[in-house]
Amino acid sequence: MNQKRTWTIILSVAAILLAIRTFTGPGMGKVYVENSNKAFIEVNGKWVEAPVGTTSAVSWVKEIGTTPGAYFAANAVDANQSVIHLSTSRTLGVWIAALLTLFIFSFLYRDNPFYKFAESTIVGVSAAYWMVVSFWDTLVPKLFGKLAPNFVAEHFMPNIKRETDYWLLVPVILGVMLLCRLVPRAAYLGIVPLAFIVGTTSGLKFVSYIESDLLAQTASTMKSLAVVGDGGIEVGESIKQVLLFVGVIAGLVYFFFSVEHKGIVGKTARVGVWYLMITFGAAFGFTVMGRIALFAARCEFLFDDWLWLIDPTGRRAIADAVEIAVPALLL
Amino acid sequence: MNRQIALLVTLVSGVLMVLSGFLIPTQSWAEDVAEWFNVLASIAFVLGAANLAKIHLSKISSRDEGWGFSAVTLIAFVATLAIGFLKIGVAPLETAPLVSMSGEKDGEGSAFWWLYTFVMSPITATMFSLLAFYVASAAFRAFRAKNVEATLLLVAAFIVLLGRTFAGVVLTGWIPDSLSFLRLENLSTIIFEVFASAGNRAIIIGIALGVAATSLKIILGIDRSYMGSGD
Repeated sequence: MNQKRTWTIILSVAAILLAIRTFTGPGMGKVYVENSNKAFIEVNGKWVEAPVGTTSAVSWVKEIGTTPGAYFAANAVDANQSVIHLSTSRTLGVWIAALLTLFIFSFLYRDNPFYKFAESTIVGVSAAYWMVVSFWDTLVPKLFGKLAPNFVAEHFMPNIKRETDYWLLVPVILGVMLLCRLVPRAAYLGIVPLAFIVGTTSGLKFVSYIESDLLAQTASTMKSLAVVGDGGIEVGESIKQVLLFVGVIAGLVYFFFSVEHKGIVGKTARVGVWYLMITFGAAFGFTVMGRIALFAARCEFLFDDWLWLIDPTGRRAIADAVEIAVPALLL
Repeated sequence: MNRQIALLVTLVSGVLMVLSGFLIPTQSWAEDVAEWFNVLASIAFVLGAANLAKIHLSKISSRDEGWGFSAVTLIAFVATLAIGFLKIGVAPLETAPLVSMSGEKDGEGSAFWWLYTFVMSPITATMFSLLAFYVASAAFRAFRAKNVEATLLLVAAFIVLLGRTFAGVVLTGWIPDSLSFLRLENLSTIIFEVFASAGNRAIIIGIALGVAATSLKIILGIDRSYMGSGD
């Protein structure tokens, strides 16, 4: 109970501080956009941008993200300007992103409902995200665009080639058979498309792995051990090449289990293990550095984009933004 | 009978793909089949979506523990699908302004872009960044220089970690130019270019041989595990 009370107090104080910071001074977590008018007219069957002063057939306003500094600078020039203005949806987005970031970080304390909420959200969003991406990037251009090119051109992709290819019915039939797995009585039909997927993947991977991994890596290793430069043999580079060659051979010997690792084979395999250990150590260090960089980026987002406590890129400095804001107002 | 047909499909599609790597006239077949494969994989997403919906709907209907989170998942899923499929907030292409759904689904300002920028990207980036803490704490507990191998791993990790930070540059900046290869940032580069490169090559060659062998076993019908139980 005490712990619950402590957390309630901490979170309440944080909420009050946030509220004070949000509603006083320049505020925080706001995103500004610049209006860009888009107007088009049809000339000789082609749509082109309408020159200023002409009547356009189609027009809309595009909002382009800009810096808070640009907004402050624009307001300093003309307090009633509306070219650069607050974007409600993007401001809400920054707040949601900040809260979701904190929800995920809360797992460092222990598993909790906030973390679970963020986790459940990402499961739903990412599953749907990849479905949408595959629909618009694969199904529409490569399937519908070839089975009904005129329809797709008129409604979705005006620049698509208007050619029909009924061979695409084959993956459609296989796809329907695959979906039969959802119906218990017809589930047996799903094995044929699965066989197609497994077969093509095996064939493609067989060739690509041999070509780009086995042969390419072997070719990169089988080079002259003495590296010759303009001034004769380069000792440093040659030592590197020898060490590299020895490492690859020793590593491969370690992975060769058809011969017992005894005698010279065992000793070579041991050298291979040393190389592998250095490789894993380097990979570990590199991974940790990558994760720390990501963590730093998330902290920068919280302190810069959301809380406006730091400004490493000068996005909120008016002086830096005058060059952006004033021409926008003149337009 | 169905299994024999499946084996034949695997054999034919697999052999065609292998041949396409060696015979120029069959290359276009491989491109076509690769396109079919992509289409089929996209259709297979429906299967995944159905499974997701089935699992979470059953959790909600039986009021299992945490069913509320299943509802969150389903709402997020359906909302993202609707926003993405309907291209909400997407401006048309400038070359075809009358075709309302011609614009990029994830163009700046669209609802789908908003979801990616403010929901998906922050959550995934933060989840990955959390690993920094867990990897570091696991390493602290597990890393012990008990033997040569463990020491090599520890030292390599230490050099790479320090060599890629400003601290590493400062720590060994005093080393004279004639011995500059001993500076941490240079040692880190040598580790990557020579030792890690050799180790990775051995691993990659091993994997390539393994993939080639497994692929052949599948194409020739020796490995039938993908068909499920009974084989």
